[in-house]
Amino acid sequence: MDLARTEVAGAAPRRRGSATRLWLMALPVVFFAVFFAYPVAAIVARGLEVDGVWRPGRIGEVLGQADIRHVLWFTTWQALASTALTLLIALPGAYVFARFDFRGKQVLRAVVTVPFVLPTVVVGTAFLALIGRGGLLDGLWGVRLDTTVWAILLAHVFFNYAVVVRTVGGLWAQLDPRQEEAARMLGASRFAAWRTVTLPALSPAVAAAALMVFLFTFTSFGVVQILGGPTFSTLEVEIYRQTSEIFDLATAAVLTIIQFVAVGAILAVHAATVRRRETALRLVAPETTARRPRGAGQWAVLTGVLASIAVLLVLPLGVLVQRSLDTPGGFGFGYYRALASDDGGIFLVAPIEAIGNSLEYALAATAIAVVIGGLAAAALTGRAGRLVRGFDVLLMLPLGVSAVTVGFGFLIALDEPPLDLRSSWILVPLAQALVGVPFVVRTMLPVLRAVDGRLREAASVLGASPWRVWREVDLPMVRRALLIAAGFAFAVSLGEFGATVFIARPDNPTLPVAVARLLGRAGDLNYGQAMALSTILMVVCAVALLLLERMRTDRTGEF
Amino acid sequence: MSTKASTKRRTAAAVVVALGLVTLSACGSSGSGDKTADSRTVTLVSHDSFAYSKSLLHAFEQESGYKVRILKDGDAGQAVNKAILTKDNPQGDVFFGVDNTLLSRALDNGLFQPYEPKGSDQIVQRYRVDQEKHRVTPIDSGDICVNYDKAYFSKHELAPPTSFDDLIKPAYKNLLVTENASTSSPGLGFLLGTAAKYGDAGWQGYWKKLKANGVKVVDGWEQAYNDEFSGSAGGKKAKADRPLVVSYASSPPAEVVYADPKPKTAPTGVANGTCFRQVEYAGLLSNAKNTKGGKALLDFLISFRFQEDMPLNMFVYPVRETAKVPEVFVKFGPQAAHPETLAPAEIAKNRDQWVKSWTSLVLK
Repeated sequence: MDLARTEVAGAAPRRRGSATRLWLMALPVVFFAVFFAYPVAAIVARGLEVDGVWRPGRIGEVLGQADIRHVLWFTTWQALASTALTLLIALPGAYVFARFDFRGKQVLRAVVTVPFVLPTVVVGTAFLALIGRGGLLDGLWGVRLDTTVWAILLAHVFFNYAVVVRTVGGLWAQLDPRQEEAARMLGASRFAAWRTVTLPALSPAVAAAALMVFLFTFTSFGVVQILGGPTFSTLEVEIYRQTSEIFDLATAAVLTIIQFVAVGAILAVHAATVRRRETALRLVAPETTARRPRGAGQWAVLTGVLASIAVLLVLPLGVLVQRSLDTPGGFGFGYYRALASDDGGIFLVAPIEAIGNSLEYALAATAIAVVIGGLAAAALTGRAGRLVRGFDVLLMLPLGVSAVTVGFGFLIALDEPPLDLRSSWILVPLAQALVGVPFVVRTMLPVLRAVDGRLREAASVLGASPWRVWREVDLPMVRRALLIAAGFAFAVSLGEFGATVFIARPDNPTLPVAVARLLGRAGDLNYGQAMALSTILMVVCAVALLLLERMRTDRTGEF
Repeated sequence: MSTKASTKRRTAAAVVVALGLVTLSACGSSGSGDKTADSRTVTLVSHDSFAYSKSLLHAFEQESGYKVRILKDGDAGQAVNKAILTKDNPQGDVFFGVDNTLLSRALDNGLFQPYEPKGSDQIVQRYRVDQEKHRVTPIDSGDICVNYDKAYFSKHELAPPTSFDDLIKPAYKNLLVTENASTSSPGLGFLLGTAAKYGDAGWQGYWKKLKANGVKVVDGWEQAYNDEFSGSAGGKKAKADRPLVVSYASSPPAEVVYADPKPKTAPTGVANGTCFRQVEYAGLLSNAKNTKGGKALLDFLISFRFQEDMPLNMFVYPVRETAKVPEVFVKFGPQAAHPETLAPAEIAKNRDQWVKSWTSLVLK
């Protein structure tokens, strides 16, 4: 996920004044305390407290159940398998995006990222077209993978492909190929040169990507529910069932704690990996390392990767588009036209208005995420002490805590003035921002750290105020990273489903919520409109990501 | 890059930051703005499927002088659970949408306070519960039934099944898809239907036969209906191969209403002997801030105009004896003559155990 620092970073930025850092951290800390830690703690406490008495013994009771241990085991091994499979399929992709120059590369890089920011509710059904009955595999070899664990694993590849391509590929593109060439000149075989020169430089990025994929698949929800059928359950799915359906808050609380500990451990390892990676690498501008493929071997690699992307990523997305156009009267825009009509049914507004709602919410969420994440990244810039590193991990935690826990937490924690936000529109962007902040931090941090501390010092010595130092030194350098971070937070907010569905209000559903509601009703028009809205969501996300591609700079890497 | 472009970018960044600060400062105060303490607003908390004609609610607002606020709070189970979690400081005044499978959970947790709305005496007798305290009022009913794909059965010259017993016959092997009883309300309804039909002692034997006859279980209604059922729009596109699905008696009329152009007849039908009746209730929340408005709203929910408005919006049947039902309903989705039923108390007593046994019997 996180990207390499440039060689400038080797020039150890000095510790910033700790007072400044505390000030910078104040707002993010308050934000996380109020909108994350407090609600989650409140709902967990509610589960573990029976008639005013604490029952920590519940933890042992729940862990003693064979069912729960089975869920834990499945959660872990499917995440390991998903991570391995994702690396296997996506690493060649990372190589191709890093080293080859080909027509449409920018567009394709945006396209492979679309699944990552789309809600599962949208693509789950389309993914069945690849692996379900009558799907591609069925047509070719009569193989059906729906409701098998393969459906889960392949869908995880689909959703997380971009994490590997962007994290590993981003660094790979900046590694100087001449180093490898030098090794070969000294007599190393092609493989030996790659193994001794490129691989060591790359491995921390691979480790970071693997850990992020592991985190996302460990907490997988929609994929497992929709594609795995009722026989598979991850911790996240089980937390949802226990909270939302069975209403066994005690079990849910214990499971939340378990997931919390596991995610915390994953993130701590991730943070350590990132730190180890902060050794100075000789990096070069990516555009100088990519070239047209040469020779049959390279063309074969490129073709293979493009084919795997076409089958695994583009096909399921294409199915959505196809179904949105496939009306009873032949191909056409009938379902799209229907979106504009206000039938007074499940929506109090025409479904098309969900687009406006989504954009408004996502903009507000982006603004919050950029402010909170930007401040946090600024606070984390200097040489990190233990406290600051802990803070870094804390900022990532919302990615690993179930939306239903946060949602129920909001309900019982934010119910009194001045924080009675339960019926306020701001709740949706707040919840979305929780997911957006980690992306902002991870995008901004490497860039901020790459700013030479001596520049700041020089400015201070010359009498500039801290604000002016930031404006004159930092801002010009990070402006692009800031926009990229904002763009990514925006795309993630657009696609956010779990928390949004929990708190969205009826008169203003977002796109994913509207899609889910349409899919929840019988009738051709409802299904068709759901497909049309999904396609619109996909296009909006793709456009946002494409704009980001155009803004990518030489050194920001990351997302 | 040109200076102009860079100025633009700087402005954009500044706008984003400023917007963020405004948003943050707004969130401190926005809570009080939406507070419903004033007696002119009445809030209805419900599930995502709540739907109505706008003009009708508008008329109620005009006549009563109340402004109605509606809060849809997730699927049926979620909405009930949320209401229980927040019962000391509820999000609204009236809750609509607790059905007979969850009624006891709501009553045992003290979710509602007594009120008998005007017109209660005209509610079909068999739907009434809690007659001593009147904490809840039935509002609508609907049947969970096996739906069939007409085209499939006419193509294969096979008569569609009509009863639970039919479903375990070899002729219908590998044709049925149902939902997970522990996470889906139609899935649970179907399980309860079999429990009502074959009794506490017999339903497990029935499910063993159903399993041997190739029943497929998926997690939710959306997957069962849109992905697996060959009679639905999604199913046709996905080349689905299950012509039998556990859904609602009102799904066939929905297939007619939500089609363009409208077909002369519904593409799907209902197996009448496989139905379990669901009744949905509403009640005045225990700590409602506007009890007067809440009572007026409950009166409205069982008024003729609302009862007759429900079918085409929520695809359910009215509970008032003489409320009229649209023709498309009578024609394509009539209520079952002899649905299976279970008293809420019996459901409450057995639900968890049944679902547990069902899970280990069918899913493992």
